[in-house]
Amino acid sequence: MGEFFRVLTDNGQLFVDGFTNTVKLFLIAAVGSLVLGTLLGAMRVSPVPALRAFGATYVNLVRNTPLTLVFAFLVFAVPKLDVNIDYFPSAAIALTVYTSAFVCEVIRSGVNTVAAGQAEAARALGMTFGQVLTLIVLPQALRAMVPPMMSVFIAMLKNTTIAAGFSVLEAGAIPAYMAERGEPQFAVLLWITIGFLILILPLVALQRFLERKWRVAR
Amino acid sequence: MSQASILYDLPGPRAKRRNAILGVASTVGIIALLAYIGYKFADTGQFEARKWEQFQYSSVQRELLGGLWATLKAAGIAAVLALLFGAVFASGRLSDKWILRAPSTFVVELFRAIPLLILIFFGYYVPLQYGWSIDKLWALVIGLMLYNGSVLAEIFRAGINAVPYGQTEGAYAIGLRKNQVLRLILLPQAVRSMLPAIVSQLVVLLKDTALGFIITYPELLFVGKQIGGRLPFGLPYVPAYLVVAAIYITICGALSILAWWLQKRMGRTPRTAAKVLPAQSVGEDSARMI
Repeated sequence: MGEFFRVLTDNGQLFVDGFTNTVKLFLIAAVGSLVLGTLLGAMRVSPVPALRAFGATYVNLVRNTPLTLVFAFLVFAVPKLDVNIDYFPSAAIALTVYTSAFVCEVIRSGVNTVAAGQAEAARALGMTFGQVLTLIVLPQALRAMVPPMMSVFIAMLKNTTIAAGFSVLEAGAIPAYMAERGEPQFAVLLWITIGFLILILPLVALQRFLERKWRVAR
Repeated sequence: MSQASILYDLPGPRAKRRNAILGVASTVGIIALLAYIGYKFADTGQFEARKWEQFQYSSVQRELLGGLWATLKAAGIAAVLALLFGAVFASGRLSDKWILRAPSTFVVELFRAIPLLILIFFGYYVPLQYGWSIDKLWALVIGLMLYNGSVLAEIFRAGINAVPYGQTEGAYAIGLRKNQVLRLILLPQAVRSMLPAIVSQLVVLLKDTALGFIITYPELLFVGKQIGGRLPFGLPYVPAYLVVAAIYITICGALSILAWWLQKRMGRTPRTAAKVLPAQSVGEDSARMI
């Protein structure tokens, strides 16, 4: 047991650095995928067929590709196209590209949960497109979107560990460093698990709370 | 226009004109983007015959097939084990006895909250340190089983709970015992409703085998990197990853279409009383990913 705590105290700096980078990566990719995903979601519900087709193709291609492959493509293949990106930005881009496909789907299905009669009635009252969207459709759609959107971001937080395989020092990369230092890996991995539980459990609790609260209101 | 009809009215002459202009503008934009990517590929010589030559060799094709086989083997074993794991822990969570329910809930919630890669690392680094010999395949399979098994347990539980309660009450009323209710009444209805969600979780599992790359299990992505790193062919990373991506997209896409088809098919038969679980989203786990 003493050794279990010693692993953390002896290598405190490594754990702090690792988890700081994990959170940084998560926040950057969260903002990025929210922006790109919203853009793609808007394309998928737009009245322009070309944009809808582009959005659908993007989502179907990315969703059926492993995230590890997206990482590998950015790290090994993209430099061969004379585009040089550092490891950390590459990881952020890979997570953004992958996660935005799922954000897009959440937005599209959220908009689709609103009954068509709602928008029709609003138009019958003479509301403009902007009013229909901001006063009628989005307030209802957002309620349906928030819980699945949080699942997407929780999954993305866990996915940041994959960056460990591509030269980014984040929480998932700690075991590789510890292997060099000869620390007991079981203890190391337990500490990483605890770190992730601390990050994830509040998000899960918030998500369940919102889901329960808004299910009743619907 | 079926999709957009929620937000927009049927377009009048002005809206039609505006949509046509937007359509042309966006088509030009998309073509310009693709053309730029194509130019970048051509500019850096990605279309040179030398970079693609390898794929004609039967030894390289065999290498790719070997990688695909390693991927499918890991996915197949992990899928069977995850389904079993899911069934055991779902029945634990549905049990009347708290002594079974509490530990099952703990296990399912715990393994869903740990990143899959960390679970795989448990099976990889711990034996490595103590010098136990464990095949990388099993490190990968155990991680996949624990994570996907926990998610499947939640799918099973949601599926059983989605059968209307009147079915259970009716079954008890005609004198069936507990296991008969589950076996004869609940499961047949629940399995039909769960099938799309199960298939799409298996797609996730198949995609997750690519994590084997990080612990150097020789699966498809790993083989792709080896093929891409060959100097005599001008380091064809781009062609190699495009080929690997095409293989993944074909297999996962086919399975996704199966899930979608199952969902459509279930949706149309009124015989199922249980609500069909959507292929991409199950309760709080909607839009699950790796």
